[in-house]
Amino acid sequence: MRYLPHTDTDRKAMLDAIGVASMDALFTDVPEAARLDGLIDLPKKQGELQVERAMAALSAKNISASSAPFFVGAGAYKHHIPSTVDHLIQRSEFLTAYTPYQPEISQGTLQTLFEFQTQVAQLTGMDVANASMYDGSTACAEAVMMAARVTRRMKGVLAGNVHPHYVEATKTLAKYSDVSIEVTEPGPGGLDALIAAIDEETACVVVQTPDVFGQLHDLRAISEAAHAKGALVIAAFTEVVSLGLVEAPGAMGADIAVGEGQSIGVGLNFGGPYVGLFACKDDRRFIRQMPGRLAGETVDADGRRGYVLTLSTREQHIRRDKATSNICTNAGLCSLAFTIHMTLLGEMGLTQLARINHETACDLADALGAIEGVDVINGAFFNEFAVRLPRPAAEVVDQLAKVGVLGGVPASRLFPGQFEDVLLVAATETNTLDDIAIFAKALAGVL
Amino acid sequence: MGMNTQGRPTRMAENIATGGYADTTSGSRGLEQAEPLIYERGSTEQTGVDLPEPKGTALRLGGLERKSVLGLPGLSEPETMRHYVRLSRKNYAIDLGLYPLGSCTMKHNPRLNEKVARMPGFADVHPLQPASTVQGAYEVIDLLAHWLKTLTGMPAVAMSPKAGAHGEFCGMMAIRAKLDADGQSHRRRVLVPESAHGTNPATAVQCGFVCDEIPADATGRVDMEAFKAKLGDDVAGIMLTNPNTCGLFERDIREIADLIHEAGGYFYCDGANFNAIVGRVRPGDLGVDAMHINLHKTFSTPHGGGGPGAGPTVLSEALAPFAPVPYTVHRNGVFEMVEHEGQSDGQPFGRMAAFHGQMGMFTRALTYMLSHGSDGLKQVADDAVLNANYIQARLKHVMTPAFEGTCMHEALFDDRFLKDTGVTTLDFAKAMIDEGYHPMTMYFPLVVHGAMLIEPTETESKSGLDRFIDTLEALAEAAKAGETARFQAAPVHAPTKRLDETRAARQPVLRWTPTESNEMEAAE
Repeated sequence: MRYLPHTDTDRKAMLDAIGVASMDALFTDVPEAARLDGLIDLPKKQGELQVERAMAALSAKNISASSAPFFVGAGAYKHHIPSTVDHLIQRSEFLTAYTPYQPEISQGTLQTLFEFQTQVAQLTGMDVANASMYDGSTACAEAVMMAARVTRRMKGVLAGNVHPHYVEATKTLAKYSDVSIEVTEPGPGGLDALIAAIDEETACVVVQTPDVFGQLHDLRAISEAAHAKGALVIAAFTEVVSLGLVEAPGAMGADIAVGEGQSIGVGLNFGGPYVGLFACKDDRRFIRQMPGRLAGETVDADGRRGYVLTLSTREQHIRRDKATSNICTNAGLCSLAFTIHMTLLGEMGLTQLARINHETACDLADALGAIEGVDVINGAFFNEFAVRLPRPAAEVVDQLAKVGVLGGVPASRLFPGQFEDVLLVAATETNTLDDIAIFAKALAGVL
Repeated sequence: MGMNTQGRPTRMAENIATGGYADTTSGSRGLEQAEPLIYERGSTEQTGVDLPEPKGTALRLGGLERKSVLGLPGLSEPETMRHYVRLSRKNYAIDLGLYPLGSCTMKHNPRLNEKVARMPGFADVHPLQPASTVQGAYEVIDLLAHWLKTLTGMPAVAMSPKAGAHGEFCGMMAIRAKLDADGQSHRRRVLVPESAHGTNPATAVQCGFVCDEIPADATGRVDMEAFKAKLGDDVAGIMLTNPNTCGLFERDIREIADLIHEAGGYFYCDGANFNAIVGRVRPGDLGVDAMHINLHKTFSTPHGGGGPGAGPTVLSEALAPFAPVPYTVHRNGVFEMVEHEGQSDGQPFGRMAAFHGQMGMFTRALTYMLSHGSDGLKQVADDAVLNANYIQARLKHVMTPAFEGTCMHEALFDDRFLKDTGVTTLDFAKAMIDEGYHPMTMYFPLVVHGAMLIEPTETESKSGLDRFIDTLEALAEAAKAGETARFQAAPVHAPTKRLDETRAARQPVLRWTPTESNEMEAAE
């Protein structure tokens, strides 16, 4: 087997050095009834060529985003990733390193995490950020639990327009804790119901902007209302590119910002791995209650600047059953990809990218809105919006796929039994005017 | 300092403040390039991308245009390349050398896996595309699930957990849901050996359980008498790593499983150490009810400096109905994804995260499995166990194995051999860095004093192991010979000397912050 260096001569010599006659002698602690005779019933080893062929055949059964006019969003977005990003994250030193437990030989990972934390804090308008979470949905869930610890209150209120997968992930994490989760009715409209739901027991409110329908929200009123009752505001987002054009959660009063960073550097990957962003205000109560890894600056024995993982007394390997979370790893390599892509963009590139996304979405809204029977629901949006169709959106999407157009997500896929006539569509810098024209024509054709 | 007397200008203070060396003007030394932060290199006016000019369409943002400062520096493409390549060279990596972190399974990462993960049908598909356009992706999930179930001898697997700890959460939630469904909600006590990974007790608490620690016996395994004494009608289950964190197979595992089942509880197995038995022993034959599988350990998806991982969790017949959504089903030759609790035939405990799991890890792990096959995977377990035993056998005369007898895939030493030398486990580990090795896992498991847990994995050659063993032998002898100062100063050959972790925690600096002087620099 090409990945295994030993020859049988090596193995024999090593068994002799150990002082046993055979490999079986090293497995005698296994109960006899559980010792397998022979091999497990699965195919045997194959060469690189054969495996690559088998996997390529599976890959070929899928229609990739780049091979069709593509307008699918709702939590994951198709963006162009500069070639430099993938080259750099495949550097052996980044790809095949472990969590930086030995900082003296992990400064590459640690410094990039420090840069990542700073970028995330700047994007969200927050003071500090952690070294990433699994994804946006789990970051959202962890934020609600953190708010409960900080406020010592046991109710989290989520806006109904938060991505349903984020809501469900939060409910799952809270399910057997003391924290109860309330969700307001989803649908178009403002945040009045959410404001009304805040009371003296509320630990936090979670608002997504742009929300799952693409609608943008001003968080200032909800922040004022929540703070007046002693509750924290958690701002969630699924499209991080929006922060290049839309006001930052931190500037609108949010205390914690969580979201998905996939758009920058990571790619669609059929849903994972992605990179969860987690940032908060600089408040000692907050930082001590944050989940996940944190990189921090320090000096070495010569006084030279360096970085280490820090504040680990929050974490499971030290605190065990009293840890802030059971989280061990972060999204390491995805956070590196995010940082590299963001460094290539810089403020100028990000602002421009965000603007192009918005303009493309405006073009799409105009094209779809011009189709008879199609209504654009949103008043304000970034690069994603909802349209009302004269027919069930799920059928429409399947018919569009048959003519080679990936035309968005039926809202009913996320809200079963609801919003059957609502279609969620996203546009990014990867969409051309031709794509939009093909989509509009195909949509008019199937309605 | 002495530099000015040598008649050359000094940038010493500036160099060390940004992580460079003090004894060169540039702060670099040969191939070791000093590299400040992007915040000290780039500017908000620089970019490494060329995008088309926006058209100037009127904004439809509802008046929510960003007014707060971003302040993100950009770098041109060549500068970006150099920045991150320079930083990469300050990292140790499995591709550079042996990485013997116990419990972490740092094995070779085949590049075919990377190539496959980047195929457009996997990397460039959206999780919410119509099912008809992603049949191959559903099939990958289904096929990987088949391999995992077959290798573990378990009837079901939840594919969506995103890491080992997330898989633990999945398994313990399934146990909790099952207990609730059976009217056994009063069962809240989970037995956890004191040698367990920290994630185990943290996870149990996250599921509303309380932890009760069981001590280890003199052989490094579960103390059976103490275990039996803790059984009762409030016990929800046990969380046990097998092979355990001392690198030993729990000989009484079947009895443990039987007893916990008789007591009305369930057996969660932490699968972190599955690499030792893959292809040789099926956890299902040991009485396991739930076990997560770290695809980034046993099945070699890259660790990436701390993730992403993946933690599919196999479940027994009793727990299978409670598996979380989503999951794939195969009906009439077509794959479908069950995404909502209401669409499920079972009683899912919920959803763990957005979308369908770590696809990018699934494709890599499946590629790894197809490459090895059943015969190759068995050889993986054999060689992993052989290598650890070889290290233990060849070092036991200078170092002190924590327990007697052979081990599984990792060799555990304690610090008795350093007694009265003034050298600690930490010093010993840092001295390994000077010898060009990543240290082993230190001070874990907690049941062993000054623990050193060495997991070589199967992808190390005999000659590589011999060099490693010779190095550790020489270090142990040097410690005993009184070369204490050398250990305490270590590392001296790494990109930095020993870093002050206490200072980092006491005066947390968690981000770069603009100051007047560095703002001016950035503007230059």
